[in-house]
Amino acid sequence: MFGSQASLVMYDEEFQQIVNLADKLLRESNAKAVFLVDRNGQLMAATGETEHLDTTSLASLTAGNIAATGGLAKLIGEKEFSILFHEGEKDNIHISIVAGRVILVVIFDHRSSLGLVRLRVKKASDALGSVFGELTRKSESVGSLGGPQNPFAEISDDDIDNLFS
Amino acid sequence: MSFINYASREINCKIVYYGPGLCGKTTNLQTIYNRTAPDARGKMISLATETERTLFFDFLPLALGDIRGFKTRFHLYTVPGQVFYDASRKLILKGVDGVVFVADCQEERLDANIESMENLKDNLEEHGYQLENLPFVVQYNKVDLPNLSPIDELQGFLNPNMVPEFKACALTGEGVFETLKAVAKQILIELKKGAG
Repeated sequence: MFGSQASLVMYDEEFQQIVNLADKLLRESNAKAVFLVDRNGQLMAATGETEHLDTTSLASLTAGNIAATGGLAKLIGEKEFSILFHEGEKDNIHISIVAGRVILVVIFDHRSSLGLVRLRVKKASDALGSVFGELTRKSESVGSLGGPQNPFAEISDDDIDNLFS
Repeated sequence: MSFINYASREINCKIVYYGPGLCGKTTNLQTIYNRTAPDARGKMISLATETERTLFFDFLPLALGDIRGFKTRFHLYTVPGQVFYDASRKLILKGVDGVVFVADCQEERLDANIESMENLKDNLEEHGYQLENLPFVVQYNKVDLPNLSPIDELQGFLNPNMVPEFKACALTGEGVFETLKAVAKQILIELKKGAG
């Protein structure tokens, strides 16, 4: 599409699998909330106690955080830091990179522990990595066949103008 | 790189406002925020220094409405304009779908505009993008001030390919939404081509 870029596409089947895995991680790690965020800052899925959280901003800032620490890593000769942990007075955030392009965020409090979260995240990452691998293959194969029923295929100038009216 | 979510029927796109320090990138976003209905906008995040200069980025999520049954969301980012924040600027361009270059029309800022445009091209290339292949709009900001460079001179340096361009005063809102609309439209047209 735009030079080397390609759209990231999420389909219903994989989305359900991802949400199921996030729910499982939430339960097994006694976490408050689990998020999956695209490295460009787009929220992909969220589960747990998310109703009082600004999930859009959280996604953007998490991706910014990963990008910034990735820059730091390169400055000291590392490819990237695959896990980040922020400890707060009540809540903590564990951030890790899954399948190279997706960020897994776990928010937890005193009901859990860093060790438990790390253990469960590792297990969940493998399963999530498989789903994202399948999603990438599916996007590529569907893309090579001329695209799915992309909602933008039939877009008209009026559709676009109506967005700004 | 847009994100199309068939499960939640949403399309998310990333627009980056680029330009030299103090050209009005953050003001563009603040004006958009102030003049958008609360249900269409998310929270505006500004990671700024104590003197209100953008340190990492400003972020404003906008939901413009539905298109063919999909919610269309634009994520607006600015970069820090000051020369020494180059590492931050590079990071923010990752995954960009469209770029707005905000030029400061004051005569004494001509060199800064040109330097910033060159920096934009260099940083895009590091991500494997070419400015010529991206949805791109130029905004000539601060046209309300007295000491302006002639627009045709600015065009020669900043817009030789004649992409859509707008005179603006980000403080009063003149040209702000026209700029946003133009880049958003180009992004949607590119998405349509990609759907081919």
